[in-house]
Amino acid sequence: MTETVLILGGGQAGAQAAASLRQEGFGGRVLLIGAEPLLPYQRPPLSKAFLAGELPKERLLIKPEAFYRQANVEPVLGVVATALDAQARRLTLDDGQQLAFDQLLFATGGRPRQLDCPGADHPRLHYLRTVADVERLRRHFRAGARLVIIGAGYIGLEVAAVAAKHGLRVTVLEAAPRALARVTSPEVSEFFQRIHAEAGVEIRCNTAVTRIEGTADLARVITGDGEGLDAELVLAGIGLLPNVELAQSAGIACDNGILVDELGNTATPGILAAGDCTNHPNAIYGCRFRLESVHNAIEQAKTAAATMAGKHKPYAQVPWFWSDQYDIKLQTAGINRGYDSVVVRGDPTTRSFAVFYLLGKRLLAVDAINRPAEFIAARTLIPRPGTVDAARLADDAVPVKDLLA
Amino acid sequence: MIKVTYIEHNGTQRVVDVEEGISLMEAAVSNLVPGIDGDCGGVCACATCHVFVDDAWLAKLAPMESMEDAMLNLAEGRDTNSRLACQLKAAPELDGLVLRTPIGQH
Repeated sequence: MTETVLILGGGQAGAQAAASLRQEGFGGRVLLIGAEPLLPYQRPPLSKAFLAGELPKERLLIKPEAFYRQANVEPVLGVVATALDAQARRLTLDDGQQLAFDQLLFATGGRPRQLDCPGADHPRLHYLRTVADVERLRRHFRAGARLVIIGAGYIGLEVAAVAAKHGLRVTVLEAAPRALARVTSPEVSEFFQRIHAEAGVEIRCNTAVTRIEGTADLARVITGDGEGLDAELVLAGIGLLPNVELAQSAGIACDNGILVDELGNTATPGILAAGDCTNHPNAIYGCRFRLESVHNAIEQAKTAAATMAGKHKPYAQVPWFWSDQYDIKLQTAGINRGYDSVVVRGDPTTRSFAVFYLLGKRLLAVDAINRPAEFIAARTLIPRPGTVDAARLADDAVPVKDLLA
Repeated sequence: MIKVTYIEHNGTQRVVDVEEGISLMEAAVSNLVPGIDGDCGGVCACATCHVFVDDAWLAKLAPMESMEDAMLNLAEGRDTNSRLACQLKAAPELDGLVLRTPIGQH
């Protein structure tokens, strides 16, 4: 009997798992099941070059169509899985198909958290996760239009940067006291608030949204202090929810993501998971994370594919992320959770500096702003046992390569 | 269109037609050239499109910017002819270019 692997989810992790299964020598059937009608594509450009109209849809594909033929991977697109029987190893799709499998990989990613205030069904309110989302957003994305962005996270700020460049009038509303509050330090928040202000983007912190009113083609966003902001376009970027409901209903253990071990196995035999939908252990940090990241999706998919092919490639990675806004490339290495001090290298009033996050004398993470050398050094230093010298990190006169000595 | 030859570490050669302006990472990925990953999609963020440029062609390439230079330090086996293929765009003067791919991306 030929063994069958189902990859549930046609995003970055799903595409990587398909490729890696073949690289690891898996010879059985591989089906890649995606809810969207497109082959797996890159999501990072959606809020950047694709939104800006600089990149056609065809160039977003992670692998060309020919790859799936050559690797004998069967894409099953535009369908949603509705039921999973993990014991009988059978998956039911919304077109009525039932698929038997030997192993199944959850690569289901996440979906934007929805606003839950009155008026959240306004036709000019948008979210950004898929090509379809951006195509819909772009219909009214033109110079002079007013855009209100709810949430000063990465999605919100990246869209703000593109919109400002295209001549839209942009206001960002953030409920927390500062931009990017969930992921970075006050130093980096302040920097991004400044560069957006310089580009004419207004970021209002401590500003909650209570409801959305208005007509079909003009929204009015009402804030906590009763003000109304008119906008042709509203975008909410208020976080991602992992797609775990099918796993939960099949009795697979979840806790802020599908729980997996360092090999990608869930607690249920034959069921694995990779990417944004997982809550996974990180041996370098000695704790569990749920990450929203391309790199993590790729690395976890490689690990899970190896496991499914009968190999052993435990996941142990320093997570990394990037964000492009204007002429700024932010590169983050590591996770700063629990840091007790920061070390700033370079001048945050310029457009090139790095902020290192320490717990005691241990380096947890770096936010490198147009500072790739510091980003790379941190990726080497974070997993290394021992301590770092804060004074040397802070001294921009010490060459980066000497930090590694 | 220009022709670019990719040579794998095991000597396998592939000649790919590349439209002008397209990066040599994207051309490799979309033509199933093994040994080039391009995980970040070509924004010089990951250094998984490391290539070695045949010496005769080095001088014809656009010079390296500081971001590429720094990112290349992530690549295993960096040499004096190392470049990131996402930063190399097909142009008429590169017709016939030869790139060698490493045994694997870091």
